[in-house]
Amino acid sequence: MPDAKAKIGFELNGEPVEVAFAPHKTLLEVLREDLALTGTKHGCELGECGTCTVLLDGAPVLSCLVLGLACEGRRVKTVEGLAQGSRLHPLQEAFAALGAAQCGYCTPAFLLTADALLADNPRPNRDDIKQALSGNLCRCTGYIKIYEAVELAAARLRGEKAEPARESLYGRR
Amino acid sequence: MADGKRRKVERSEGGSTKPGGPSNRPTVQPSHDFRVVGKALRKVDATAKVLGVTKFADDLSLPRMLYCKLLRSPHPHARIVRIDAARALALPGVKAVLTGKDLPIPFGILPVSQDEHALALDKARFVGDPVAGVAAVSEEVATAALDLIAVEYEPLRPIRDHLDAVEHPEPRIHDYGDHGNLHKLINLEFGDVEAGFAEAELVREDLLFFEGNTHLPMEQHAAVAEWSPDGKLTLWSSTQTPHYVHRALAKVLELPPARVRVIATTNGGAFGGKSDPFSHEIVVAKLAMLTGRPVKITLTREEVFYCHRGRHPTLMWVKTGVKKDGAITAMHFKSLLDGGGYGSYGVASTYYTGALQTVTHHVPRYKFQGARAFTNKPPCGPKRGHGTPQPRFALEVHFDKIAEQLGIDPADFRLKHLVPPHSLTANWLRIGSMGLAECIRKVVAGSGWKEQYRKLPYGQGVGLACSSYITGAGLPIYWNAMPHSGVQLKCDRGGGVTVFCGSTEIGQGSDSVLAIIVAEVLGLDPFDIAVVAADTDLTPVDLGSYSSRVTLMTGNAAIQAAERARDLIARHAALKLEAPVERITFAGGRVFDAASPERGISFSEAVQLAEAAAGTVGTVGSYTPAAGAGKYRGAGVGPSPAYSYCACVALVDVDPATGIVRVPKIWIAHDVGRSINAAAVIGQIEGSIYMGLGEALMEEMAYRGNRNVVHKIPSLLEYKSPTTLEMCDVITYVVEDPDPNGPFGAKECGQGPLLPVPPAVANAVYDAVGVRIDEVPITPEKVFKALRRKEKGEEPRFGPLGFPDLPWPEPTRVAPPWEGGDGRAVEGGRGREKAVEVTAGRRR
Repeated sequence: MPDAKAKIGFELNGEPVEVAFAPHKTLLEVLREDLALTGTKHGCELGECGTCTVLLDGAPVLSCLVLGLACEGRRVKTVEGLAQGSRLHPLQEAFAALGAAQCGYCTPAFLLTADALLADNPRPNRDDIKQALSGNLCRCTGYIKIYEAVELAAARLRGEKAEPARESLYGRR
Repeated sequence: MADGKRRKVERSEGGSTKPGGPSNRPTVQPSHDFRVVGKALRKVDATAKVLGVTKFADDLSLPRMLYCKLLRSPHPHARIVRIDAARALALPGVKAVLTGKDLPIPFGILPVSQDEHALALDKARFVGDPVAGVAAVSEEVATAALDLIAVEYEPLRPIRDHLDAVEHPEPRIHDYGDHGNLHKLINLEFGDVEAGFAEAELVREDLLFFEGNTHLPMEQHAAVAEWSPDGKLTLWSSTQTPHYVHRALAKVLELPPARVRVIATTNGGAFGGKSDPFSHEIVVAKLAMLTGRPVKITLTREEVFYCHRGRHPTLMWVKTGVKKDGAITAMHFKSLLDGGGYGSYGVASTYYTGALQTVTHHVPRYKFQGARAFTNKPPCGPKRGHGTPQPRFALEVHFDKIAEQLGIDPADFRLKHLVPPHSLTANWLRIGSMGLAECIRKVVAGSGWKEQYRKLPYGQGVGLACSSYITGAGLPIYWNAMPHSGVQLKCDRGGGVTVFCGSTEIGQGSDSVLAIIVAEVLGLDPFDIAVVAADTDLTPVDLGSYSSRVTLMTGNAAIQAAERARDLIARHAALKLEAPVERITFAGGRVFDAASPERGISFSEAVQLAEAAAGTVGTVGSYTPAAGAGKYRGAGVGPSPAYSYCACVALVDVDPATGIVRVPKIWIAHDVGRSINAAAVIGQIEGSIYMGLGEALMEEMAYRGNRNVVHKIPSLLEYKSPTTLEMCDVITYVVEDPDPNGPFGAKECGQGPLLPVPPAVANAVYDAVGVRIDEVPITPEKVFKALRRKEKGEEPRFGPLGFPDLPWPEPTRVAPPWEGGDGRAVEGGRGREKAVEVTAGRRR
């Protein structure tokens, strides 16, 4: 019953990787099951929630809808590839500081979608961020801390000295 | 008026952190005394989460692991005649198949409704009810095996909804329950409401409906079981309640609880949807026992919709009498809940639809009649707000209508006749701190209410609503006299401190609360604290992450454990520093003499002194809420150590041509008592607003009643929930009215702020276009229909038209405190009502 395994090579988080897997497997399954990178999550496996988002050649894709075989020779970036050595990526830093990750399950997907946005548009306004993230569902945060974290990280990536607004952290009194 | 008769409670009785002993909870301190509490802190698990290294249940993989799939009933209501699994068992790669007869012992979260079987034994009660379970070497093989299991069903007439259940007592879905297909009937009366209505200058009745909706956590439920030949079972599961899962596993599998270990993995969202023991948890455990190999299951998204346990669809009727100044003279409330196929938390949910009507505005006489129907749909249970968002919606829309009839601004109406702090309500709930007036003032000022209400152009409107929620249920799910929360503390020679607690991190920040509180008491940095949580082998029992109980209950237990460690260490530090022990202070990682702070030692040195003198430095703390004031049957639901309060203003845009409602902005003020982690409080409030907005505008569990009662939309695409494009702006005001029962004064904030959103939106729609939508979700179709009715000169409203006659039992009559009652039933409760023993069992 099991298909013969297919073997492909691609660039994963900046490093070359070779992996053999049953050819019907999605990129999501290859990452989680064959490469043990469980940072990429799933919420539906039907392409509806955005939770499995990774970057393929720099663009956000739903890894549950991409066949592993389709990644031959391409660049894949997952949440495991965001941190720079032992330092958090500015997006990770901002998400942690603002509480943009509550349960943390959708967080890897939001981080990668935001990473692609900022690569494309270093100075996004609130509407740009909403549009870019509109395919990712989060049930905990109400998205607001996520927007604020993306804005904070964008400012820092532009080299500005930015801190979270007091109101973001404490509300109004 | 009744005002003069309100009974002031001298002082709210605190919960006990020493079971059976006097309360020694901490006194409330002014915030400037805090070093850590109240700051906006990064959560202790935030870094792991942004790195993607947090292990959720489906991330676990064990050597030789098998995969489980469940066969689910395609019929909403059917007798199972026979099951033949021979062909499935013969499929290569299949290791075991289970059916109902392999797990015949029933279970359920409440002792009074042990009505579930891990796999349907004789009957399937909804489309999706698990019937058989397979363990195989891969998910593919397990899925293929399901098709080879032959099940012969004898279909029965399905009961489609609560009204169908009222009309059709037969065929009965369960062979227990108060009447036909009515699972539960409640009738409580606190004072003579008819006399109250006679005193009123305006009496108004309204009918409202709250559609069911679901939690929709992004993480699908998953569990991994491992069996050791020495008779030990370990289950990792995405559960909010490892303690209750522990009990259910031991019961159904007939294992000694000491040999069962349940580890709650960090939940990828829960919202109440992971607080029952589930079929899949029991099935993988049994399959691991049979095969001797680890077994894993991860539910598909469709299956998560079948697990459900979400918001009960609730039909409500409310009648209130008021004086011209808005003072309530009496209230009568009826609810009818569509419970789905099993009991779940439903008995408690039903009581909750009548419990908290009395805690915001003074209700001198109150009558509540509640009913829950069994229906052939996925079971309903606790979702964020558990049983209270529905009546709060009804009440706040009803109040908006009353205020309009009286010619009083709805904000002014709500500022009058508030329940006083430290008082008892008609149904004997003991209120502590009460910051609702401040909340109302904040949102009224912040939103510019007075300049907007009834003054915006057609199509735009503002609406206001209030709410309150419990900070933990006063009683445990099953009757026992033990603490609700326990904490152990271990102080290491290196100065690190480990906190062990059964509480479960579901994203709300419970691990951080433990770390912050211990750090506060011991003068440490929260990141010096290691948290070990939610593991029944390692951690003392905490009942679970539900009813907004964790911050208050684990927080108080953590304070007690930390203060005991502090006192022990201080004794030995005092000797070394030659200072009186009262002056020994813990701050900044040091232990010093407050009179001369330079005379001090490091915290680790102080721990070493204590360890050298007294042995290993470990302490425990625990928390048990005080007994409720009510002593009648049914008094168990509603009491809480503290009540949070909030007020909300919603701004809406309604397109009269399409009925589409958009909500650009919400102002919310929440009385949290005291923020433990300021940033986490804001996050909980914004998340609650989001979920309330979804319930207000779009979220609904919809079934094809005439077509096999199948779920219309068991997918994340078709079950509409707000995306970034629908989410509103939120302006949050934090009000801190410390409660004597809360740790440092803290109350809940994770559920309460959801409650006022649906009624605030409904009231705003009325302000915008002059139609009443007495039903959530407020979909364009409903608004459009109401606008058409308005055009035709009909009643400008969309909502239910009647409440059925139900076979109510004789009321349990309890005199309110101001009528000289003692909290007991005047004429006795109903003798046959065993159910309440769960919820009010404390008196037994």
